[in-house]
Amino acid sequence: MAKKIEVPFNGTKEQEAKLLAALAQLKIDHGGKGLMIAALQKAQDIYGYLPEPVQQIIADELGVSLAEVYGVATFYAQFSLYPKGQYKIGVCLGTACYVKGAGDVYKKVCETLGIEGGQCTDDLRFSLDATRCIGCCGLAPVMTVNDDVYGKVTADQVEGILAKYRA
Amino acid sequence: MVNLKINNIPVQVKEGTTVLEAAKIAGINIPTLCYLKDINEIGACRVCVVEVKGARSLVAACVYPVNEGMEVFTNTEKVRKSRKTTIELLLSNHKKECLSCVRSTNCELQKLSVEYGCDEHRFEGTKSEYEPDLSTSYLVRDNEKCILCRRCVAVCKSVQDVAVIAPARRGFNTHVACAFESDLNDAPCVACGQCIAVCPTGALHEREEIDDVRRAIADPEKVVIVAAAPAVRAAIGEEFGYPIGTNVEGKMFTAMRMLGFDKVFDVNFAADLTIMEESNELIDRVTNKGVLPMFTSCSPGWIRYVEYYYPELIPNLSSCKSPMQMYGATVKTYWAQKEGIDPRNIYVVGIMPCTAKKFEKTRPGESASGYPDIDAVLTTRELAKMIKASGILFDQLPDSTVDNPLGEFTGAGVIFGATGGVMEAALRTAAEKITGKPLDAIDFKEVRGIKGIKEAEYDLNGVKVKVAVASGLSNAKELCEKIKKGECDYTFVEVMCCPGGCVNGGGQPIQDAYTRRQTDLRAKRAKALYDEDKNAKIRKSHENPAIQQLYKDFFGEPGSHKAHEILHTTYNKRKKR
Repeated sequence: MAKKIEVPFNGTKEQEAKLLAALAQLKIDHGGKGLMIAALQKAQDIYGYLPEPVQQIIADELGVSLAEVYGVATFYAQFSLYPKGQYKIGVCLGTACYVKGAGDVYKKVCETLGIEGGQCTDDLRFSLDATRCIGCCGLAPVMTVNDDVYGKVTADQVEGILAKYRA
Repeated sequence: MVNLKINNIPVQVKEGTTVLEAAKIAGINIPTLCYLKDINEIGACRVCVVEVKGARSLVAACVYPVNEGMEVFTNTEKVRKSRKTTIELLLSNHKKECLSCVRSTNCELQKLSVEYGCDEHRFEGTKSEYEPDLSTSYLVRDNEKCILCRRCVAVCKSVQDVAVIAPARRGFNTHVACAFESDLNDAPCVACGQCIAVCPTGALHEREEIDDVRRAIADPEKVVIVAAAPAVRAAIGEEFGYPIGTNVEGKMFTAMRMLGFDKVFDVNFAADLTIMEESNELIDRVTNKGVLPMFTSCSPGWIRYVEYYYPELIPNLSSCKSPMQMYGATVKTYWAQKEGIDPRNIYVVGIMPCTAKKFEKTRPGESASGYPDIDAVLTTRELAKMIKASGILFDQLPDSTVDNPLGEFTGAGVIFGATGGVMEAALRTAAEKITGKPLDAIDFKEVRGIKGIKEAEYDLNGVKVKVAVASGLSNAKELCEKIKKGECDYTFVEVMCCPGGCVNGGGQPIQDAYTRRQTDLRAKRAKALYDEDKNAKIRKSHENPAIQQLYKDFFGEPGSHKAHEILHTTYNKRKKR
């Protein structure tokens, strides 16, 4: 099981008002039932991700339990429980990168930062996602940090690469 | 009506019947695993697959409706092979601890595996790894034994309407979880244990306290007292092969003595005591314009529900401790004094049909003597387990009776174990107190039966009493909403957390899905209690001579200062997260 990372929640009153309005509109447009996915999409549009306080609002407004909301939010890959970090790390796990050892690189990033794919460090600096092919298989294995692309990465290089973004 | 053939046997059934039900009529059983009648009918596990002539693939009998002219085959090579593979796949990701598992020999997965001659090692590979949830005082959840049938999820959602567990993530990572993977102790769980009662495997079970009790019995310093709740006697026989609904009270008392308990009292006695206090409180609320309707407070799952979900209704809860807590409190005060024993050396055990009782004993304010009212709670299942492990041949035991003075009870105390029982017992006493004359008819039949919500109105010497009885929290919720909106004017409301009341509690013997399909456990077990009441010499709590003596010697009168200190408690709002 993925370890839970405590990320500070910085939601604003404006965001909450926006979400409540969006949920009210959904209820008007679609009646009372079957709103969960639409509600989660709206919330993710507003907050960028779906932390517990946001899911709690959805649970209260839709009259379902938090466990049910969490169940749906964790079922679909489009929903994220963590915000994106200041530096968004992508490690390509497409076929070419994978056979060239991207799995080890990915594992090393996880270990170094103490997070898993889809998560974000508690200081909001780094987030990690496993990506599919980003179109430069000649450089496999490939890792990206925001717009910087690193090719032929080995697990040993990971700490050095991350260090550049820590300062 | 629809005509079809199952294994070439013609059957005629109502439209909308499932293949599973139709097969039963044809005398054929189709195995199931995720299916639980009326609660979980989702066709998820694929164990109940059958061949239907002309159908593209095998279909799930539990959800597949019959059609005119349909030809179904339930036992072909193809069907058997499919079922076997399904079970073997489940076994491939199951913590196979069968030799020591709490559910061994009462596990639906194990039973199917044996029936189908499965190879438990046919598929080897990655296994899910989860830490068992040991966070609560009442329940253990081990996801490594979970087969994702979702029966627990369904009962938590549709029967109890709290849904504190739900499936999370997907694919191989799917597991049953509380929101944000929190411990159960941090979730607004009411502790009812209905999830345990419906779990086909050992993934859910109570937090056992057998060893604690054994240690206390072995301790020469300790005077160990035991008493069972009303519902226990109507169900524990099932663990020893008796038909469902057999009252084995006499043998149970004998077995308790053989286990080494120093005194065998009865929570039925404390149920009578509860009625004295509760009916007094009710009359007081009615005459002095207190908060109405008054809610019963015997069911700790219900209490937790109000504290979590309807804190604004806390003032409606009777301040009476539950019968179990009253029993413990009385043993460690009145009885300790009478016998000249330091309450510190008294160890009080409650045998309960309930898992929430394991939580209740830890509540603050439940230690009248300065020591906890109750030291250990064993479920009906745990007591049976202890009896079996002690070499006691239960069915060969002679009957015996309880010890006095805290054992004597009336029919009113007995029926506490069934939904409507507390209401009826309270009405018997309250009616006589209000009218000041003996009741002619003491059966309040309107509040009996397994219906989720029951209502009745009684005229007690000009005082109109409107009552409601609910069991199962989805029904309780319906009542709470009506009360909140001011849509009803009840005087007194009984709520039991578990559907059917304590006879169907989360600590009772577990019956598999097949038995639950055929039998209404609630009605059969309740009947055993109503029969005992019918045949009881004394059927009104206030006529119990031991209760009368207790008030004379110790409490004075119901609602006295002393009674309040020892027999009453308080409640607090709980935060859901």
